[in-house]
Amino acid sequence: MENKIIAAVAGNGLLDRRSFLLSGMALSGVTLAAGHSAVSVANVESIPAAIVDPVPQWMRSAGGSDNAYGLPSIHESHVQRQLAETTPQTSLFSIWHTPIEQQRGIITPNGLHFSVHHNGIPDIDPQQHELMIHGLVDKPLKFDMESLLRYPTVSSIHFLECAGNTAANAVSLTALDQSCQDLYGQVSGSEWSGVPLKYLLNEAGIKPSAKWVIVEGADGGSHSRSIPLEKLLDDAFIALYQNGERLRPSQGYPMRLFVPGWEGNANVKWVHRLEVTDKPAYSKDESGLYSDILANGSIQRFSFHMDVKSVITQPSGRQHLPEKHGFYEISGLAWSGYGKIKQVEVSADGGKTWAIAQLHGPVLAKSLTRFSIPWQWAGTDSVLISRATDEMGRVQPSRDQWRAQYASYSFNHYNAMQAWHINSDGKVENYYV
Amino acid sequence: MFKSRMFKKRMPKARLVIFWLLIIPTVLMADERLHLDLGKPLSVAEINQFSITVFPDGSNLPIGQGSVDQGRVLYENQCRMCHGKDGIEGPAARLAGSDGWFSFSDPLRILRIEKHPVLLISVGSLWPYATSIFDYIRRAMPHYSPKSLDDNQVYALTAYLLYLNDLVSDSLVLDAESIINVEMPGKNRSITSWPE
Repeated sequence: MENKIIAAVAGNGLLDRRSFLLSGMALSGVTLAAGHSAVSVANVESIPAAIVDPVPQWMRSAGGSDNAYGLPSIHESHVQRQLAETTPQTSLFSIWHTPIEQQRGIITPNGLHFSVHHNGIPDIDPQQHELMIHGLVDKPLKFDMESLLRYPTVSSIHFLECAGNTAANAVSLTALDQSCQDLYGQVSGSEWSGVPLKYLLNEAGIKPSAKWVIVEGADGGSHSRSIPLEKLLDDAFIALYQNGERLRPSQGYPMRLFVPGWEGNANVKWVHRLEVTDKPAYSKDESGLYSDILANGSIQRFSFHMDVKSVITQPSGRQHLPEKHGFYEISGLAWSGYGKIKQVEVSADGGKTWAIAQLHGPVLAKSLTRFSIPWQWAGTDSVLISRATDEMGRVQPSRDQWRAQYASYSFNHYNAMQAWHINSDGKVENYYV
Repeated sequence: MFKSRMFKKRMPKARLVIFWLLIIPTVLMADERLHLDLGKPLSVAEINQFSITVFPDGSNLPIGQGSVDQGRVLYENQCRMCHGKDGIEGPAARLAGSDGWFSFSDPLRILRIEKHPVLLISVGSLWPYATSIFDYIRRAMPHYSPKSLDDNQVYALTAYLLYLNDLVSDSLVLDAESIINVEMPGKNRSITSWPE
């Protein structure tokens, strides 16, 4: 009776998204148990096997006190960012990956937000920090923290992704056996709050010949990027808050540029100077590291947008499915720097058949979007793939299609479909279709 | 009673029209009209103190000069430990040579790239303008002590880096005039996703 209402929607066990709801308590119980352990990793503490006391210790004692600034449970101490090993690491140049497969929903906790530092983290006194606007303006201006905080603020939920996220799959000839954190840990989601830049630029009075703004940070390396004025007058803002609290130092305290949907490097941290110009500066990163080398050898510059992309975060690389023939919830994240996610399709048979996953609200422009679909694993070799489409009609390419556009060593803006191979033991591994 | 009802019926419409006449331009103009004017005037002296961006046409380049030979000495003392003897060994960003997996001048390249993939690309091969090299050394190098070099030293190091890439002769003395005449191989390969 119950089985009759669980409808298969694609090959190898992909089920109608209402299956969980329709299938009754017994199945739901299995689902939840399996779903929980499916995503656990080796170092999660297990529940004690034998409970001798009639009620647990914590039910027989007074609770502990709270902290002035709350911290995660000590039992979650394994949920940590991880330093990427594939770059020359110093304290000055470091890449910290978010444990994206541990995240639920679309908001990354501030302490787990990915970060990439080219020149370390400056220790800035907000009382002495000023935002300067000069160049092709009528009135060069400077704003201190106090005055910026008096402007009307906007708050919006956006993803932030490094141009080099998933670079390993772009350049490695074999699929490296890496976790989702290793491969996709340079994207995060937050609610960012701050002052729209058009307010400040308009007050300075932009001259008609202005086309670009050189945006510079107050860090040791004075990180700088040339940003088209058009974007700054559209939806860019000076971000002062992340998820309700002032920016963390590693995210640009006391202020950063936020350019929704554009590569992380352009979201200049510790921003202190905006030079309005009629031309780009060809700063270090737009001259080299953040350009794309095309298949014909051309060097593509100023490719700011992060294209439509998705990844199944559970199950994902280096996890194990604990139960053969179990029910699992396939869940993941999709995003596009061009707008809202319109659809995510999932395949459990390596791309032969596809089913449309459920999008969990809110579905917001230039934001992480959560998707899921129920799956009954047959206990056999399976390949899971997700394919996102955004509201502009942009669709994720296959890895071969993506690589055909670029030189074999070009690693930025990789947005091909991700596949995870699951063997009959339940081991999940990075996989090239 | 009838009149009163008419009155009641018509007034909201009139009010509505007035409401929209007032509101529509306010909503449309809200962003542009907002002028809190809380910014303070920024003086020329303050601008000059911080304005370090150099442009490909040479604008904002400082007075000064430096030779390849002077740059070599500075490089040995302050750069070599991170960038390697010839600017290709790393571990920090690759300064010289072609981009890609293979290089005739560096047979061990693929082994190094295995460890540090960012060394696939180099300043000499990708960067379109020599002015950007000057700009970046001046603002950010050396990594452990940014902004510690004077303008002559930055010219000298820029000259040496160009020399490491076989783009200039070892007798070059670089200054604001000669730097904009350096032809970088990355320039002709450049295309842009955002027209200037």
